Amino acid sequence: MRFHTYSSPHLTGPNEVGLLMHRVAWALAPGALAAIWFFGWGVLLNLALSLATCLGAEALMLRLRGRPVGPALRDGSAGLTGLLLGLALPPLAPWWVVLVGGLFAMVLGKHLFGGLGYNPFNPAMVGYVVLLISFPREMTLWPPPQGVAGLHPGLLDALAWKFLGQLPVGQGLDSLTMASPLDAVRTHIGLGQRLEEIRHLPVFGSLAGRGWEWVNLGYLAGGLWLLRARLIHWRIPTAVLGSLFVLAMVFHLYDPDNYASPLFHLLSGATMLGAFFIATDPVTASSTPRGQLIYGAGIGLIVYVIRNWGGYPDGMAFAVLLMNIATPTLDYYTRPPVFGERDPDE
Amino acid sequence: MPESQPRLHDFPGGLHLAPHKEASTAQPLQTAALPARVVLPLQQHIGEAAVPLVRPGDRVLTGQVIARSEGYVSAPVHATVSGTVTAIADQPVPHPSGLLAPCIVIESDGRDQWFEPRRPLPDWQTLDPERLRQRIREMGIVGLGGAGFPSAVKMNPGGDHPVTTLVINGAECEPYISCDDMLMRERAAEVIEGCRIIRHVVQAERCLIGIEDNKPQAITAMRAALGDATDLEILSIPTRYPTGGEKQLIRVLTGREVPSNGLPVDVGVLCHNVGTAAAVYRAVRYHEPLISRIVTLTGAAMARPGNWAVRLGTLVSDLVAGAGGYTPDVDRLIMGGPMMGFALASDEVPITKTLNCILAADRRELPPPPQPLPCIRCTACVDVCPAQLLPHQLYWYARARDFDKTQDFHLFDCIECGCCSYVCPSHIPLVQYYRFAKTEIWHQEQERRKADLARRRHEFRLARLEREKAERARRIRERKKAVKPETGGDDKQAVIQQALERARARKQAQGATPRNTDNLTEAQQRQIEAAEARRRAAGKPAPGGRNEPD
Repeated sequence: MRFHTYSSPHLTGPNEVGLLMHRVAWALAPGALAAIWFFGWGVLLNLALSLATCLGAEALMLRLRGRPVGPALRDGSAGLTGLLLGLALPPLAPWWVVLVGGLFAMVLGKHLFGGLGYNPFNPAMVGYVVLLISFPREMTLWPPPQGVAGLHPGLLDALAWKFLGQLPVGQGLDSLTMASPLDAVRTHIGLGQRLEEIRHLPVFGSLAGRGWEWVNLGYLAGGLWLLRARLIHWRIPTAVLGSLFVLAMVFHLYDPDNYASPLFHLLSGATMLGAFFIATDPVTASSTPRGQLIYGAGIGLIVYVIRNWGGYPDGMAFAVLLMNIATPTLDYYTRPPVFGERDPDE
Repeated sequence: MPESQPRLHDFPGGLHLAPHKEASTAQPLQTAALPARVVLPLQQHIGEAAVPLVRPGDRVLTGQVIARSEGYVSAPVHATVSGTVTAIADQPVPHPSGLLAPCIVIESDGRDQWFEPRRPLPDWQTLDPERLRQRIREMGIVGLGGAGFPSAVKMNPGGDHPVTTLVINGAECEPYISCDDMLMRERAAEVIEGCRIIRHVVQAERCLIGIEDNKPQAITAMRAALGDATDLEILSIPTRYPTGGEKQLIRVLTGREVPSNGLPVDVGVLCHNVGTAAAVYRAVRYHEPLISRIVTLTGAAMARPGNWAVRLGTLVSDLVAGAGGYTPDVDRLIMGGPMMGFALASDEVPITKTLNCILAADRRELPPPPQPLPCIRCTACVDVCPAQLLPHQLYWYARARDFDKTQDFHLFDCIECGCCSYVCPSHIPLVQYYRFAKTEIWHQEQERRKADLARRRHEFRLARLEREKAERARRIRERKKAVKPETGGDDKQAVIQQALERARARKQAQGATPRNTDNLTEAQQRQIEAAEARRRAAGKPAPGGRNEPD
């Protein structure tokens, strides 16, 4: 009698890459819903456009590379990149900005390196940084959050602006957009004002930026669920937030007039999205316990440096990409001792 | 026994797996019918293969040695039935590649007649450990937990390695397998006594028996067999795969960590399986060689799962047929458990000393492995690795054939437990990559040794040629030197004179040719004298120069 032979182990666990990616995508929901609520239809349009671009580019590249398309699309990685990029982009960015970002993310950031698992840089952040450097004006098109006086375009107006570049009748671009809190702090401090004076601007809320604080809290909630579900490790997010918090605290205590509070930094910009969803991308992050701590702490440090002394209001994308470069080195030099190498505990 | 037990320790990684042991432990241990034919591989252990002592046509008795051990790390093979040797030839053996290996085939006479004389050693406590080790060695006992290392060798770690603790492995952590469980339930006294013998042999201070807490009946039976004695400690340990791994179990029971690349004896521990202990007991107490073992037949495609005491050499197909056969949708046949066992292509292979379980699975139970996806470095494998390796890095390096790096990352500390492959979300057959890397490294090492030898030979040859040349040159030089001073005129004449004299002397010596009458027997001499007398009487002179004046 003949039987099928396979290599051991013969048992297969319940883990699936697709399942992992889909769960992470679902964990984005609270933050994404908050973003849609505060920043309007543009967020939803970005998500749809970016998702379609990334899935399309993935399928196209797989076909060009002669790889099976179906299984790779089902693994959910391209979709997740699309969602992260869509959530990172300014809601009023024109359609072609999203398209270019998605294409760069998938083609340059992922498939030219060999596809899933082989890319040294986080694809979504590659797309984002390309846009940030190439189209600086378009990348500042953030609308005023809900609850702040200003124009809040409806679905049709948003569509018209995004795809046709038509502003609502009688409105200029300025009435549609507003500086983000990080940008505001940066500009006003640059003008010699003290933080105490800026805090009364309408863009600020009770903890950090209006709207932004809720978006960040939403991502925090999703991130905590990821931790609970053991889909990510605590080390990277804790190190990112920890180093950002400590730095902000030190400088805030030293000079509260010019350096914003740690809470403001934690709940502003891309902090929570970056700490829980972007820095934790396993493909590009460090994979050893100590390496992950250093990797996360490095991201927090670079974010803080860019926000305070750099050329951009936020620095999550640059921080992640810079630490991606360090990942192989970190992994090599932070190898943990194997069983039988450390001192037994008694 | 009281429920209190020493503090247990933890090992890193590991998995909680569904045990699947109920099916095969539902009925008591059964004894398989005597096989009509047994196939006994000459190598059922780690080390050198045994050397046959019988020839086709020989009649053998049960328990008789039919192949002797060769070298120190080796084990003899015994006839497991009485009957006639019909062949010594290559036969299929349980091996992942469906390998053929030399085996002795015995046709049973059905009488199961045992060898004589049997010399039990009931008073083993008074015997020298070396004497007992000798017995264990002669009885062909190897580690029955799976590795098959000759037990007597393992019990002799050498004087500079004192053994403080003997660990007896009754964990049986791998799903489906239940042969040790049944052994402890039904033959607890034999196991306990075997532990005592091994302990006496290795002169250990303590003996700890570790049993996973999902085998309450085995623990109860063992504690009952131990009674009020306190010389052994039976410990119930948490169920977690692979707690039955040697290094893991030692860690759990003693808190000691076997060094990377080291052996348990480096931390004063020896580890033996409960099955080995029972076999040691039978070998010492009854002079019974290792001719049978307990095998678990289980899996969704096994019609009647259970545990069977079976003679070694019985074909798997015969055993399964006698035990109720397979269900029609049998798909995969695994020797061992679902995590570390290997799939058999055919069931026409013999039960060997190390075969503990036959798992017959259908496609629902063990579906074909899913298509692997690329590694996303999620480090799920790092979390479960009991050796605390970085399995994903090992995988990348093995894949890239960067074997130096794999060794850098402690490839050889991998115990191939399969936890990493199990949790891998990309379903990468990681263990297969590690096995590949290991065999490649072994192969390279072999090649290197061969190349080294060839190089040394070549260098030696060059050196020899060089030396011979130098010697020749020296000889010529010396000869020339010896000839040179004799070129003086007078000396030359003298040399010639000497040579002439030597030649003359030689000629003189040759001139006195021996006569044919020089060496004569007495009878001949008398004949000659009689002839001389006749001649004298006839008045004729004697012939030749021997005429003596009358």
